[in-house]
Amino acid sequence: MSIEIRNVGKRFGDFVALDDVTLEVETGSLTALLGPSGSGKSTLLRIVAGLERPDAGSVALDGEDVTARAPQARGIGFVFQHYAAFKHMTVRKNVAFGLEIRRRPKAEVAERVDELLHLVQLHGLADRYPAQLSGGQRQRMALARALAVEPSVLLLDEPFGALDARVRKELRVWLRRLHDEQDVTTVIVTHDQEEAMDVADRIALIHEGRIQQIGEPRELYDAPANDFVMTFFGPVVRTEGGLVRPHDLELSLDERPGASEAMVARVVHLGFEVRVDLLDGNGRAFSTQLTRDEEAELELERGQIVFVSPRNGSVGTPGLGVGEELVQ
Amino acid sequence: MHGRTLRRLSLRGFALFYLLAVLVGPVAIISWRTFDNGIGHVWSTLTDPATVHAFVLTLEITAIAVPINTVFGIAVGLAIVRRDFPLKGLLNAFIDLPLALSPVVVGLSLFLLYGRGGWLGDWFMRHGIQILFALPAMVLATIFVSLPFVAREVIPTLREIGDEQEQAAHTLGATGWQTFRRITLPAIRWAVIYGVVLTTARCLGEYGAVAIVSGRIEGQTMTATLTVEDHYDNFDLPGAYSISIVLALMAILVLIAMIFLRPEEATA
Repeated sequence: MSIEIRNVGKRFGDFVALDDVTLEVETGSLTALLGPSGSGKSTLLRIVAGLERPDAGSVALDGEDVTARAPQARGIGFVFQHYAAFKHMTVRKNVAFGLEIRRRPKAEVAERVDELLHLVQLHGLADRYPAQLSGGQRQRMALARALAVEPSVLLLDEPFGALDARVRKELRVWLRRLHDEQDVTTVIVTHDQEEAMDVADRIALIHEGRIQQIGEPRELYDAPANDFVMTFFGPVVRTEGGLVRPHDLELSLDERPGASEAMVARVVHLGFEVRVDLLDGNGRAFSTQLTRDEEAELELERGQIVFVSPRNGSVGTPGLGVGEELVQ
Repeated sequence: MHGRTLRRLSLRGFALFYLLAVLVGPVAIISWRTFDNGIGHVWSTLTDPATVHAFVLTLEITAIAVPINTVFGIAVGLAIVRRDFPLKGLLNAFIDLPLALSPVVVGLSLFLLYGRGGWLGDWFMRHGIQILFALPAMVLATIFVSLPFVAREVIPTLREIGDEQEQAAHTLGATGWQTFRRITLPAIRWAVIYGVVLTTARCLGEYGAVAIVSGRIEGQTMTATLTVEDHYDNFDLPGAYSISIVLALMAILVLIAMIFLRPEEATA
């Protein structure tokens, strides 16, 4: 099912959460709403779910306007950051909830729940209560619960935000596989650009209630629309030519045209990568990233003078004036 | 180490002494004095038709007031925690009014409202409905004084559980009522039970407000607590003690019922 969000606006008192947001999500795609906290991404997701009402604009599912429709009647599944587990029900009852509400026959419910518990690998824990599960298990239960009613749209609000890094990565891979196996349009909200790039087909980067750029992960990284998009996907360095990424800076020991002078402040070995902390002519600190081999060739030492220039074909932002403040 | 043990023991001793002096002592003395004139007098007092009627009336009032205040308490709790409306703060403060107000004042205001020349009294009188000096006024008075308990138990619990579970139920297709019955009510059930227990105890023991609006008509509007005072005023102390003991036992039963109803994880 496709989702069309048109000119949606939402305020909370004086705070503008969303400002004229338009976004289309294709049927069967996995889209990430990415942005820093307070950017409005969760509000947008909740508006699609019907848990929040927009002040302006409309939401349509498969071309049908559902702006005024209650969440119950939208055919969506929603997964919350803090699981929203029904604490007084067992895992089995939690997953069965949507089906029991729909008064499906008992045998059918039992069969479907077993199938889902296998899918999320919780079949051994069916009779436990949520309090007896780990965070990752609770979130898998919440996913199974949302999938039980066969929603055509699956909405996930920072689903892995409360989990530790290892579990988060595991579930990320697993979610992608699940999405590919199920016939569902998925939208995931996250503040983690690595997670968004890993899991999503398309990313909508949101900042201060506005969409900054929509595109495939590569597009946002390789052709950022503005400084904010550029800075959101990792550290950047300001040069006279504009913003560049640290690994797009070249160091040499000989002076060459276009290169600027800098002094090596520190050389940090990070396994495959080497980070070189530098001070430019004005005493401002910045860093570059080199591979281990590149660094070995240069044999950098603290206090050494080097010449820095952007590599050919490196990514920058268009229309950037020197002296602009970084948006980081 | 020794000092700490001593301190702990003295703290326990103080708590125990306080309980004995304030709670257990008076109840024990009443139990003791009840049987001063022998079991016969206790029996005749308790089987006296006026006493039996008084207990039945007390139970009737409680049976009406408790369900009303339970429904009201849950509804008001949901409104205050889950909804936004003008003058919400005022409503929240108003719930505590019965705790702050002396029951005598409650009784007097009902008396003025429903009495001859009162705002509502004349209207009901014209329609031949007896409010004052009858069951309706006594129920109203009891509802008023026992109003805050369920709401005050339910409100913090509703805040604590948050509304994410309810939202999850909505996205899974549950209507408002289904969500309330399957998600919200089970989540707040211990708060409701505790509130009901406190409300019941308060209803059984109500004296001040009911004393004013009942008119104390023998065999008609005398509740158990009013009968205790009646016996006391007539210098029948053992009679007053006998009825008091039964009231105390009822309260203790209600509390014990709660202990057994409460699951282990909810105690403390």
